[in-house]
Amino acid sequence: MSLRGRAFIAGAFEHPRREIPDRTIPQIHAEVAVGALADAGLSLTDVDGYFCAGDAPGLGGMSMAEYLGLRVRHIDSTETGGSSYVVHVGHAAAAIAAGKCSVALITLAGNPRSGGFEGGGRAFASAPEGGFETVWGPTIVANYALAARRHMHEFGTTSAQLAEIKVAAASHAQHNPNAFLRDPVTIEEVLESPMIADPLHRLDCCVITDGGGALVVVSPEVARDLDRTCVKVLGAGEAVKHTDNGRIDLTHTGAVWSGPIAFEEAGVTPGDVDYVSIYDSFTITVLETIEDLGFCDKGKGGTFVADGGLQSPHGRLPFNTDGGGLCNNHPANRGGMTKVIEAVRQLRGEAHPAVQVPDCQVALAHGTGGSLATRMGSATVILGTEDA
Amino acid sequence: MSDLPAPSPPVTLETKPYWDAAAQGRLVLPRCEACETVIWYPRSFCPACGSTAVSWIDAAGTGSVYSHTVVRKGQGAYREAGPYVVAYVELDEGPRVMTNVVGCDPDNVEIGMRVEVVFDPTDKGTALPRFRPAAAG
Repeated sequence: MSLRGRAFIAGAFEHPRREIPDRTIPQIHAEVAVGALADAGLSLTDVDGYFCAGDAPGLGGMSMAEYLGLRVRHIDSTETGGSSYVVHVGHAAAAIAAGKCSVALITLAGNPRSGGFEGGGRAFASAPEGGFETVWGPTIVANYALAARRHMHEFGTTSAQLAEIKVAAASHAQHNPNAFLRDPVTIEEVLESPMIADPLHRLDCCVITDGGGALVVVSPEVARDLDRTCVKVLGAGEAVKHTDNGRIDLTHTGAVWSGPIAFEEAGVTPGDVDYVSIYDSFTITVLETIEDLGFCDKGKGGTFVADGGLQSPHGRLPFNTDGGGLCNNHPANRGGMTKVIEAVRQLRGEAHPAVQVPDCQVALAHGTGGSLATRMGSATVILGTEDA
Repeated sequence: MSDLPAPSPPVTLETKPYWDAAAQGRLVLPRCEACETVIWYPRSFCPACGSTAVSWIDAAGTGSVYSHTVVRKGQGAYREAGPYVVAYVELDEGPRVMTNVVGCDPDNVEIGMRVEVVFDPTDKGTALPRFRPAAAG
């Protein structure tokens, strides 16, 4: 059964703040939930399906359903790190198509900027692989730097090419009044920023922000009765890539598997995509993902992103027009939610006019959760305009 | 031995033989008795075939660098360690294992460099296998 056209995104909301010391995490979940429902023209009483991930406190979906006063007949707390919310869009569409719910709410919230960086230590303490990674002192940046180094070795990718990705994100963020970092940067500024874990510099890394976001996914029948412009779910794919019994290949992501599933279901090809939101925890995450999704050949990502290739609206593949995780927002250290939200803005024609892709009909949002050098959740959704 | 911190690893029923051997200065690897796949990370289960018949073999203790990075500032036990190398070393038995490369300038590590195991004792009775540039020849 294809999900194409079986569900629509009717509401999307990104918390406007990037530092929120005066709210609890449940409060931020509630703010974004109400925001996304208001965007759709719906209310909490309409919600019959709820989706959240590891950022939801307490018992996750149960605790948050209680806090929000939801009465749900479908619940899903799939946890794949920052890619969770992209997974949730596909799961919500599947649940709606199966008749399990008709108004699905997805929320994300966290405060790593004001409340202390959560590295996920609680979960890792009992992980079976824990003793064979953490004792060597791999930081999060190191777990992406290892992939970047190998990609450079095999394909000749350069730090200047990676810097192009940050330059494009910054060129978009200058138009986003809520972005955490709004100043344009040059390739030289990226290369001259402090080295964190070779070959990744400080400006190859995403921001750390408080915040959150929410989405409302609805059935075609519900969508029809709403006044708001809805976005059609065309296809969804997910995958888990791990260390593969010690045979890990650091030059690709799980997008090599999630992408083709999503494209096949959507019935489109990379050439049909007008806009992409690509998870940008680090510049290398974007480079490998673009190759893996088939926007260019493996190993050619460096050339593809060069010369403003990712800049909107005139680049080869306009990406992350909100400024992405590299500049705008990476709430709760989980960037999948904001990837979907900006894709919705583009398909509604509501991105900032300076970065709006003209006649944007098909958009792709991709999430990567975990790390490139160990294990990751990968999720791809392909979205279209209401009549796509 | 290196002067890097040597935090003690969590030891479980499944991984105790690995860490006991390391304490004796031996690098061992789990191998599936059914399909002979060398398993990594250590577990009492073969992810290649599903067998639970797993035994331990002595590894040569040599391999080559698959990828590497220099962490400029570490966290936790490594906070005061100064720049250090985190790497994947591809063992001659096949698995790519995360580790540190020690015994040379961090900036001189290269992909493909031949390395050999050394052991750094922890304060809990076991030792961490790390790798240094292999002796010539």
